[in-house]
Amino acid sequence: MPHRRRRLRHLRDSLIRFFLALCAFLSIFTTIGIVAVLIFETWGFFQEVSLLEFVTSTQWTPLFSEKHFGIAPLLAGTIEVTAGAMFLALPVGLISAIYLSEYAPDRARRTIKPFLEVLAGIPTVVYGYFALLFISPILRAIFPDTSVFNAASASIVMGIMIIPMVSSLSEDAMTAVPRSLREAAYALGGTKMEVSLRVVVPSALSGIIAAFILAISRAIGETMIVAIAAGQQPRLTLNPLEAIETMTAYIVQVSLGDTPTGTLEFRTIFAVGMTLFVLTLILNIISQGVLRRFREAYR
Amino acid sequence: MAEIRDPHRLRARKMRGRVFEVVSIAATLVAILVLLVLLTDVFRRGVGALNWEFLTSFPSRIPERAGIKSALVGTLWLMGLTAAFSFPIGVGAAIYLHEYASRSWLTTIIQTNISNLAGVPSIIYGLLGLELFVRAMQLERSVIAGALTMTLLVLPIIIVASQEALRAVPDSIREGSYALGATKIETIWHHVLPLAVPGMLTGTILALSRAIGETAPLITIGALTFVAFLPDSLRSPFTALPIQIFNWISRPQAAFHERAAAAIIVLLVLLLAMNAGAIFLRNKYQKRAAW
Repeated sequence: MPHRRRRLRHLRDSLIRFFLALCAFLSIFTTIGIVAVLIFETWGFFQEVSLLEFVTSTQWTPLFSEKHFGIAPLLAGTIEVTAGAMFLALPVGLISAIYLSEYAPDRARRTIKPFLEVLAGIPTVVYGYFALLFISPILRAIFPDTSVFNAASASIVMGIMIIPMVSSLSEDAMTAVPRSLREAAYALGGTKMEVSLRVVVPSALSGIIAAFILAISRAIGETMIVAIAAGQQPRLTLNPLEAIETMTAYIVQVSLGDTPTGTLEFRTIFAVGMTLFVLTLILNIISQGVLRRFREAYR
Repeated sequence: MAEIRDPHRLRARKMRGRVFEVVSIAATLVAILVLLVLLTDVFRRGVGALNWEFLTSFPSRIPERAGIKSALVGTLWLMGLTAAFSFPIGVGAAIYLHEYASRSWLTTIIQTNISNLAGVPSIIYGLLGLELFVRAMQLERSVIAGALTMTLLVLPIIIVASQEALRAVPDSIREGSYALGATKIETIWHHVLPLAVPGMLTGTILALSRAIGETAPLITIGALTFVAFLPDSLRSPFTALPIQIFNWISRPQAAFHERAAAAIIVLLVLLLAMNAGAIFLRNKYQKRAAW
């Protein structure tokens, strides 16, 4: 009898262990699923459209009767909005991180950080509302040629959305810099600004750069702000006051339309999705690499 | 060295430092100021449309009659189902990774994979959900397909938070339990989990508060933008609050924009309630678990 009990208990334990392992492996299956789905549909897409056309054509018109499949306008739109957002978010986020890590008294920090967390937690569709119905009218009042949908309003709002992320990741990196380095710099007669900018920031540089890269990756994958405010006109332009279309906004546009599944038009969203996925994956890997490779080992 | 001894240079450097401090405070306040402007604008525009009828009416072509009944109920279904799927799976994965798996190349791969998944844009999860749940598993554009997609999206966050919670349970608890002859399962179930569950719940609520505002994956799997009925089964078509908001923002009439603002207020109140719940849980149980 006790033998059987023990065997039963052993069986139960291995079963539980098996199910727990299954849960953990689900994350691997998710990745495999994403990659498989993207490869499968993108493969189908490239059966009908040549890779050369995808890379070199300067027009993206899969939904028109005269079809062109050049990713360039969508990629340019994404890069334009991202660059604008980073122009705002990286300096502001970094400087605010310096304030929070080096200057702010404990009480100010404890008051400010929850606000930044709220800002980071606001759904992106709300930011889209803000871009289209608040920022865009202001831009149109200042620059009368601005179209209702434009890259600039999306950039500005996306930049604001990303400030908390840059700020909190950079602050973490700066707080990890040991006090002794700061004290040594003060002992040499440095002012607070000099210590912050010439000692703390360089020492935390790997963490800061990793934060910047993550921010770029986040901006590239951001969807709702650009789908709402940046427009649906894939074109190569550098004018931020014109309507453009990003990769993510295109996926939304097709998903909302009545394009039948299985058609070439439908497969375009997977080809675009693949481009997006590869781009963000590369950035995320670089960011992790920077952290690992250039981390200053403090003790 | 000469410049440090020179009193003028010192004054200039200190001056520069003062200016920089002001700039850095301004940079920090910019974000908060924008937050206040955003909230004021939403409130000013939306508060007029916000009443009981708005909460209990279906969407309509006439803005004055349009409400968020189907969107609100859809969101509650979606969040309930997502919580039901993601909490047990996330906790299970965390238990396996923290309590069972030895440090091997396999667990390293899983951990790296989880942190990579957290960086995948949410719209990509939408493409996965569309192919896997909507098409391959033939769930159609249903509330269950939406919940499963959301589950995959929030799982990495829940797993990381749950591992954190397990890490906070001191090893002496486990050793004490083993010393009394308990098996691994008994130790985890009776001694580790009770201490870790509050942290896990907090993490799950925070993950769901991210999911509740997610719009892109739901659009991609084909959630409807105009639904004048409530979901009656897992296979029902559905809409959700952020989708309804997106739909109203995209219309040209200002009256719909007021509805969008009112719906945003409801969404933010839900978000706030979830965050408050998470903070409450954390504060309440943090003391008890202090060892």
